[in-house]
Amino acid sequence: MIEQLSVFLENQPGRLAQACRTLGNAGINMRALMVADTEQFGVVRVICDRPNTAKTVLEAAGFGVSVTGVYAVETPDRPGGLADVLEALGTAGLNVEYAYCFLEPGENAAVNVLKIDEGDARDVLEAAGYRVLRPEDLYEPDDPS
Amino acid sequence: MFQPQWEAMSREKLEAVQVERLNAVLTRVYERVPFYTRAFDEHGVRPQVASLDDVGQLPFTVKDDLRSNYPYGMFAAPRRDIVRVHASSGTTGQITVVGYTQTDIDNWADLMARTLASAGATADDVVQVAYGYGLFTGGLGVHYGAERLGAITIPISGGNTKRQVQVLQDFGTTVLACTPSYSLLLAETAEEMGVDLSSLPLRAGVFGAEPWSENMRAQIEQKLSVTAIDIYGLSEVLGPGVASECSEQHGLHVNEDHFLIEIVDPETLQPVEDGEYGEVVFTTLTKEGIPVIRYRTRDISRIIPGECPCGRVFRRMERVSGRSDDMLIIRGVNVFPSQIEQVLTGIEGVAPHYQVILGRKGSMDTVDVHVEVAADTEFDEIRELEELQRRVRSEIQSALAVSIGVRLVEPRSIERSEGKARRVVDQRGDA
Repeated sequence: MIEQLSVFLENQPGRLAQACRTLGNAGINMRALMVADTEQFGVVRVICDRPNTAKTVLEAAGFGVSVTGVYAVETPDRPGGLADVLEALGTAGLNVEYAYCFLEPGENAAVNVLKIDEGDARDVLEAAGYRVLRPEDLYEPDDPS
Repeated sequence: MFQPQWEAMSREKLEAVQVERLNAVLTRVYERVPFYTRAFDEHGVRPQVASLDDVGQLPFTVKDDLRSNYPYGMFAAPRRDIVRVHASSGTTGQITVVGYTQTDIDNWADLMARTLASAGATADDVVQVAYGYGLFTGGLGVHYGAERLGAITIPISGGNTKRQVQVLQDFGTTVLACTPSYSLLLAETAEEMGVDLSSLPLRAGVFGAEPWSENMRAQIEQKLSVTAIDIYGLSEVLGPGVASECSEQHGLHVNEDHFLIEIVDPETLQPVEDGEYGEVVFTTLTKEGIPVIRYRTRDISRIIPGECPCGRVFRRMERVSGRSDDMLIIRGVNVFPSQIEQVLTGIEGVAPHYQVILGRKGSMDTVDVHVEVAADTEFDEIRELEELQRRVRSEIQSALAVSIGVRLVEPRSIERSEGKARRVVDQRGDA
């Protein structure tokens, strides 16, 4: 599993910018960002370097943050690539809470981020021949201290 | 129970005692206190009741009446019979004075002994009285009760927190009496001093004189390793000893043989049904020095319907949830911001920090409650946050009986204040 930040944001002009600026000022680089929103608030999901440090920095700046475990799966960048992954999970009876994708430049591979609450999705995905990425494949993990 | 002959008497007998005592006190104030002579005459009411149903005819007393009769104008006993005075400062700066006869002091000691006993204390206990001694009723009130109970009484008064911890440790204190916020300071100081409170004999605390919440109780009980008992009183009525929780920790038994409690609608001043919230009104039944008739406390509470398993006959008032001065009227319904706080403390995932925004849409008032999400919430899934929002909304609506909107806001985003929090923002004038 990899660690993803989930940041609670009120729908206000400039609030997302403040969150990003806070991470930027702390020298934390983002790999992916996705906003899920309702009429009144949103949750911003972020894959970035040193996620636990990022959480501390954002909290100090007044944001509500949690760190969530998600799966990152590498799939070939071709039509039907993601559908194959999801079918493998569906066949195993695993429900996907949400998903988003990003491309690794020059790698000809897509990274699919999946939130799956129950069961051991890693076994299912690896048995279907997919590479489940480790934190160090995607971002600089926190110091072990 | 310290006085089971009173505390566990039958309801019927209690009401007979109340009527008899009420008539005696009405006669007393009508004959001796010019303020009451005037008040009864102006209302055209005789200072006698046939039953408790007649209490609603009697005039009210408010804090201002005590101020305008400063210092001794409300006393109903000759100066030579008064043996003690206490005073309360009040927020306006003008102090009010209350006087006690020897009988009052004796009754007070009994009532405070009842209070301590309802927290489980006996003559074998060591009671550390960390309420302030002086004009404030807290220190001496608890002191006399602890002595009446036969406990070892430590008159340490408030302040000097390190010494409090030392005494707590060395004297083998088993019961602590102070304000709830001071108990937390004590716990922090003990921790800094490296004293492990859970290893000490301390096992109970009687806390009062300021509003506190169930959350705070949980904190106190955990940090001090005590059973925390809420006690209630006010100097105009007696001081501590008016009402106290028992070991059930579910409502404060009002010492109804000494005080008549009513809950009234703060707007109409009409009595509300048991279980409904309103302003607490007390009539003293035995006080000689300064009896009060239908004294409006401005405190908001309700009677908890039903009997208590502890066996006391006295009805229970809920922990005070606010002041009637804070009351809002929304689409004709009386709303106390503290009711919202009460709901929020019971819901995991939100902080008890909120702001009520009053607005207007056309001719309708709108109410939006902004509620902070707790900092340690799982923020990941929208569905769960929406569910939380729905739950907060439906629980507040059912508590207030008025329809409102709820907006979840970021942790720590609502302005904090040192003193009184700004809970209500009225934007109705801006539109």
